[in-house]
Parts: sequence; C-alpha cells; structure tokens
Amino acid sequence: MNKKQGMQSVVFTNPPIITSTANIVGPMEGKGLLQGYFDYIMPDNLNGLASWEQCESYLMEYAIKRAIEKENSTMEEVDCVFAGDLLNQLMSTHFAMKNLKRPFLGLYGACSTMVEGMLLSAILLDGGFFNKIVAAASSHHDAAERQYRFPNEMGVQRPPGAQWTVTGSGAVVISKTGSGPRITTGTIGKIVDYGIKDPNAMGPAMAPAAVDTIWQHLQDIGRTPAYYDMIFTGDLGSVGRDLVIQLLQEKGLDISTNYQDCGCMVYKENQDAHAGASGCASSAIVLCGYIYKKILQDKLKKILFLGTGSLHSTTSYQQKESIPCIAHAVSIEMP
Amino acid sequence: MYCLSDYNFAKGDNMPNEKKNKQQDNKEKMQQQKYQSKVDNVTPKPPLLKNLCWAFIVGGLICSLGQFVTDYFSGLGLAKKEASACATAVLVFLGAFFTGIGVYDDLGKRAGAGSIVPITGFANSIVAPAMEFKREGYVFGVGAKMFVIAGPVLVYGMVTAFIIGLIYWVRQ
Repeated sequence: MNKKQGMQSVVFTNPPIITSTANIVGPMEGKGLLQGYFDYIMPDNLNGLASWEQCESYLMEYAIKRAIEKENSTMEEVDCVFAGDLLNQLMSTHFAMKNLKRPFLGLYGACSTMVEGMLLSAILLDGGFFNKIVAAASSHHDAAERQYRFPNEMGVQRPPGAQWTVTGSGAVVISKTGSGPRITTGTIGKIVDYGIKDPNAMGPAMAPAAVDTIWQHLQDIGRTPAYYDMIFTGDLGSVGRDLVIQLLQEKGLDISTNYQDCGCMVYKENQDAHAGASGCASSAIVLCGYIYKKILQDKLKKILFLGTGSLHSTTSYQQKESIPCIAHAVSIEMP
Repeated sequence: MYCLSDYNFAKGDNMPNEKKNKQQDNKEKMQQQKYQSKVDNVTPKPPLLKNLCWAFIVGGLICSLGQFVTDYFSGLGLAKKEASACATAVLVFLGAFFTGIGVYDDLGKRAGAGSIVPITGFANSIVAPAMEFKREGYVFGVGAKMFVIAGPVLVYGMVTAFIIGLIYWVRQ
C-alpha cells in the first residue's frame, strides 16, 4: 500500500508512538523562559570537559541515555539512532555515538535535524523494519560560534536581528508500541532559497522554507491550520516568525493565533539573545521538554512541528552564495 | 551558482545551457528583491544613537588613557616617539589582558567600533583566536589561528605602506 499522500507527504497507517523524551541545556538556557522543563542544566558551558566539542558530545549522550532511562528501557532495545549536530563532519554526534555503541545513521539537516530524524524514524517504524528508534540533535553555542562566526572572546557587536545558538541537546524515543502521542503524518521539505546572503539573518532566510512546507503539508493532507492546536517552527526567531505569518497571510492562511516559534520560547528578553534562539537544539529542547509535557498533560492535542534548517557553510558564505534552506514537518497527535 | 535545471537534458546536451532563460532569471531576481524589502521592514534596526554614544565614550576613554600614558612616559624624560611606542605597548597589554579575563568581549558588545578601532581592539582580535584554538595545539592551533582576524589588517597595512613608500620614492 502506498503511504505517500500528495506531493511531499506521508500518512502513517500504524502511527509510531513517542514514548519518551529527554533534554539537557547550558546555564543560559536554564535561566530562560522554560526553566523547569529541562532534565539537567549544566553549571557552565564546559561541564568539566576539555573542549566545547567534547561537551556537546556529552550533551547528546546524556539526552539519549536519559530518554531511554526515563521509559525504563535499555540501550540494547534501541534498534537504530538518527542523530546530528552543526559541527563539521558531525563531530560531536560521532563521538557521542562511539560511546553508545548502537546502530547509527548520521544526519545533517542543520537546525532541521531533529525533525528529519523523527520523520525517518517514523517511516522505518511504520514500515515494520524496527521496534524502537532514537532521534537526537545537539548544538553548542561556543562550538558553533567558533566554527561559523568569530572567536567567542572577540569584541564584536551582534546586529539586533541575530539569533543565539542554543547549548543543549534533546532526544526522542519513538516506538512501535507503548503509550504517548503519535506521529501521524510527515512532510518532507524541499530546498527553498529566496536569495538571503547574510548569515546573521537566518530567520528571514528560513521563513520561506517553513511557509513552503506548511502550505504543502496542508494541501497534501487536506487540513486547515485550525486543525492544529499549535503549529511550531524550529528556530526562526522573532523576525522569521513575523515573516511566516505575513507570507502565509498573502497565501490566504491565517495562523496568527495558533503559531509559535521555538526560537522565541527559549530566552528572556533581558538575556541579550536579540531575535531569539537558533541551532539544532532550539527545536529539540523545546519539543523534548515543554511541548512533550504539554501534550502529556492534554493541554495540546494536535500539533504540527517543523524543523527549519539553513544549510549554508562557512565556505558557501565566504564565496558569496545565498543560504539554501529547508523545513520538514511532522504532525504529533494525542489519541 | 548553476543548478541542474540549467542543463538541457531534452536535447541530450550535457553542457550547461548557455542561453539561460533570461525572463525566468529576471522573475527570480524580482521575487528576491521583493522578499528582501519585506525582510527589511520587519528586521529591527540597530539603535544607532545609543551605539554611537557608546562608541564615542568608550573609544574616547581608551584614547584618553593612551594620551595619559604617553604623557606619563614623556614626564619620565622619554622622547615623543619613544613615549608613544611605550604607550602602545601598554595599551596592547591591557587589550590582551582584558580579553584574557573575558571582559573585552562584553565591552565590545556595547561599544562596537569604540573598542575595535583603537589598538586595544587589535590586541583583542589576536588574543581571542589564540585563546580559542589552544585546544588544537601550539603550532596548528595558537600559532596558525592567531592571525586569522588580524592577518588581513597586517597584509593590507603592509601593501598600503609599500604603495605609499613607492609614491614617496618616485616624487623624490
């Protein structure tokens, strides 16, 4: 039976279940808007390790182990892990996976990695290949900053539209059986590039990709935005969020009442993060803490969750190329 | 940048299509410009006046400090050139020191050009990467990455000095 619906979407016949989640963050995120929704808050950005990259590996390892522990499973029950981060050649993910010793497929979707992993997990579970898959993503502010921008101790002034890379990691355990919210549908995004070249304006660069995927998802599945209690995007920040609402309004869809961006939910105004949070962990920590808890408490029943990734590299930006962006979506529903 | 759609597969031609559809290209450009203006409308503008004041005050203070140190060395009986060289050394040390204890980036966040333009900013731009890449070792880390920001300043500084020297030499 063909489970593809419309142009880019899949509808699951045996919707996989999100049986457990876990997250871990750095001190700045711990003092932010979502304090109380984290499993562990590190005292500092190194956590006693020798480098930021090692710390990021620790973050991911912790999140995966904690998620498995929370649902009283063992690592041996995990059939496969989908994970990724922002660093070159997925450095921190690979070192985390070295310790976990589970079958692993690395993903690079920049900040869309979490949803990319969930989407692939759900497809493999629904297809009957596996019983339990973990999807995880991590990012580390200092490690990302030093790779993509300037050394951390450089006295540079960030523009007000810039976003702050989250230090943290989130892991989701998706199972064939169990209790919890289900992943019912998914939409695979395509690359959208509206010619934005400024790597400080990732929200505006990614907004059209998010709009494209939201629009396509609703078309493919035949739903209206009102079907969902909430639509979340990964890390567009306040500027990108406004653009998504505006662009969808031009297409005749109003999502102003049931839409929020995870990047706007992490930091407080006075934390000097400017336009909000970004990074793989932005969507991961919000989903694995706040959103998952709200679904379990029945405060949210049906959500559409999008991961948004800006797929530029330091090379592409120095060669003056524009920023190619992507967004993937999964709908999560409580039965 | 070219993409697969530039190839003309229908003709069995594997070379990029030279006569790229100009109409489509223009349409894309129009769309990009329209989107850029939308982005400009919603992107918050930097608080120009506040930033200017901060830059003026911090930059001014650093320069005053430099003058103060120069005068002090002159008072000790050094010639003008020697006194200013000593003052430069002191300012570079201070810039490096405050980068090392993690204060200079907090200053730079507010002062912007006020703390980048003086020589203390130059010290900051060398010490910051040196600190950061220590983990990669003293040769390929500290040694190689130290000038990753300041390098271009040195290169074009020397090129400019060479050109000016040449003009000076020709005029003589």
